[in-house]
Amino acid sequence: MDQAIILEKSIFIFTIFAITMLAAMYSTWAERKVAAWLQDRIGPNRAGPLGLLQPLADGMKLFSKEEFLPNTPNKFLFVAGPAISMSVALMTSAVIPWGDKLIIGGRTVILQATDINIGVLYVFGVLSVGVYGIMIGGWASNNKFSLMSAMRAASQMISYEVAMGMSLIALLMMSGDLSLKTISEQQAEWHWNVLYQPLGFIIFLVCSFAETNRTPFDLAECEAELIGGYHTEYSSMRMGFYLFAEYASMFISSTILAVLYFGAYNYPGMAWAVEHWGVNAANGIGIAVLFIKICAFIFFFMWVRWTIPRFRYDQLMRLGWQGLIPLAIANIFITGVIILWHDGKLF
Amino acid sequence: MADDLLLPPEQRFDAVIKQNQNEDGSELSILNLGPTHPATHGIFQNILLMDGERIMDGEGTVGYIHRAFEKIAENRPFYQITPLTDRMNYCSSPINNMGWWMTVEKALNIEVPKRVQYMRVIIMELARIADHIICNSVLGVDTGALTGFLYVFQYREKIYEIYEEICGARLTTNMGRIGGFERDWSPEVFKRINDFLEEFPKIWSEFENLLVRNRIFMDRTIDVGPISAEKAISYGFTGPNLRAAGIDYDVRVMSPYSSYEDFEFDIPVGKSGDTYDRFCVRNAEVWESLKIIKQAMEKMPEGPYHADVPDYYLPPKEDVYHNMEALIYHFKIVMGEVPVPVTEVYHAVEGGNGELGFYLTTDGSRTPYRLHFRRPCFIYYQAFNDMVRGQMLSDAIATLSSLNVIAGELDA
Repeated sequence: MDQAIILEKSIFIFTIFAITMLAAMYSTWAERKVAAWLQDRIGPNRAGPLGLLQPLADGMKLFSKEEFLPNTPNKFLFVAGPAISMSVALMTSAVIPWGDKLIIGGRTVILQATDINIGVLYVFGVLSVGVYGIMIGGWASNNKFSLMSAMRAASQMISYEVAMGMSLIALLMMSGDLSLKTISEQQAEWHWNVLYQPLGFIIFLVCSFAETNRTPFDLAECEAELIGGYHTEYSSMRMGFYLFAEYASMFISSTILAVLYFGAYNYPGMAWAVEHWGVNAANGIGIAVLFIKICAFIFFFMWVRWTIPRFRYDQLMRLGWQGLIPLAIANIFITGVIILWHDGKLF
Repeated sequence: MADDLLLPPEQRFDAVIKQNQNEDGSELSILNLGPTHPATHGIFQNILLMDGERIMDGEGTVGYIHRAFEKIAENRPFYQITPLTDRMNYCSSPINNMGWWMTVEKALNIEVPKRVQYMRVIIMELARIADHIICNSVLGVDTGALTGFLYVFQYREKIYEIYEEICGARLTTNMGRIGGFERDWSPEVFKRINDFLEEFPKIWSEFENLLVRNRIFMDRTIDVGPISAEKAISYGFTGPNLRAAGIDYDVRVMSPYSSYEDFEFDIPVGKSGDTYDRFCVRNAEVWESLKIIKQAMEKMPEGPYHADVPDYYLPPKEDVYHNMEALIYHFKIVMGEVPVPVTEVYHAVEGGNGELGFYLTTDGSRTPYRLHFRRPCFIYYQAFNDMVRGQMLSDAIATLSSLNVIAGELDA
């Protein structure tokens, strides 16, 4: 491996981290603006134009707050909780294809940190580790409300991962590959997976809400019941990390939704654009298109959050095990039958 | 558990926990919901015995903001007691104020003019709308939907602006005087009420659309914290919480006061007495209140804005400066030295939460001999543990919210 590749990948990884952080930061700003808009208010408008410096002000405030440590026997775990949440939220971005490729100085740059052939599995593996951050934080807080929240979060994330994985199996049966790059390439032009897998997409979308702990599945941190849930005892930037991780994972979930179901960086007429405008211009538009899709999903997450109430714990479990999992299994069967019929092996 | 009721709840529950400890390896736990918990909307403590997320038993504790209003009232002349009533159910203080004035007028045998009665009806119905706005939208907040709350709160603000135009205050209004109002309503008041009547229905139906047929909201509230009609009556429920259980008891109709008999309106009732029914009954009551205000605005008679009772109603300031009788009345009223008969009266109004009663005993002196407030919140809170036993923690929050237990009224 020559040094150029190492340099190229390092710069790329650094950029991706920066973008994820920035997206998470500005998701907090967007959340407030969207909430304000839905609620007929103005929202943040003091710090900078349109309140754009608000996330910086928040970060500064969180850093300068006292770091309160509750009287817990497990101080190490207490500190480890937010750290796990944060690192997990940032790790997923490694396998996401942010665009096809760019040609810089005669050198082809693949816009993906690493194209591992089990990209989907990697994403799932990393996402499931995310529950440990919440579990450990809630347990180490030595607080009944936090513990309850940790229990809720754990059972919720584990149950919804099952349905999420099953809805993906149908998709993988179609694509025949676990690499996110291949899945993206298969969706060129209008062959977006959402058109072939509408049911799978809906199940996956619902599960994404559950995985990111967003309303209507924000049982783990519902302030009306559990005060702050697992981060009740946290203060300063440790709490900031939890909140930040939530927004980062919302960003990543939106990205995965866009990549798996909404054609990733593909847009209709991309091949034509490559031919007429050149690789760089066409792929630049591709990156922009991916980010537009991601923003649309983030907005959808917020829109739902500020519109509907949240489930109760038992209703959530019922929906997961009795609603989504059977549906996902049915989806696998339907997809299987259609694939066989399409290949002419059925009749 | 009933055998050791005299023990404090922690010890009682400890005994239960020890008994149940090793049956299936699981353990019960005690959860302190309150005194400072976001869902209690005030300060009161619920000690809950929990089996995981399920509530086995509970114990309510009151008195965290007890301010001894009944005792303070025994040392105050009548006109100084209204500020105390403001601070009971602070979501609808004008109803408390008007209820108190009517009680005093009943004790002193004062007949108030028709115009005053209509004005009082309007202000009480506005206060009821404000109260129901808070209760129903906060039920949304407690189930996780914040938007409806902030959306309709603008209109509570408009109601407060009307109060402000009438009496200068917003939250703790101290509105009115013995025999009427301190001044006539300005044209601005009528304009603001008319504006409110025009704009509010659209907003309220939007709010209803957001929640009434929302599947998640229905799942969260139907069959949550139900109470049967028999039980509700035996606890002494009144108001929307009793009507949600199916009893059409409303003080405005059963023993009309302040000319309520002049107006056409329905009493909405529910069936099962669960959280959803309470929510719907309050929603419907807002529409009925709007109807009443509309009728009162149309039929509003001309005339004086206070009764002709110089012994109790302050004379105009110019007269005080130029007229000896007026000066004497002014002095006597301000010092609280007004003639009071020896009497005993009970007067109830339909408060935002239920029957708000004032039981007044006088002994001829300048202050009440004894004054008791019948506070509906205090009664609802007694039933809370019965209603949530066997339900989940989230249900307890929704139930508490829909009972509209307001700490100021609970503790007085």
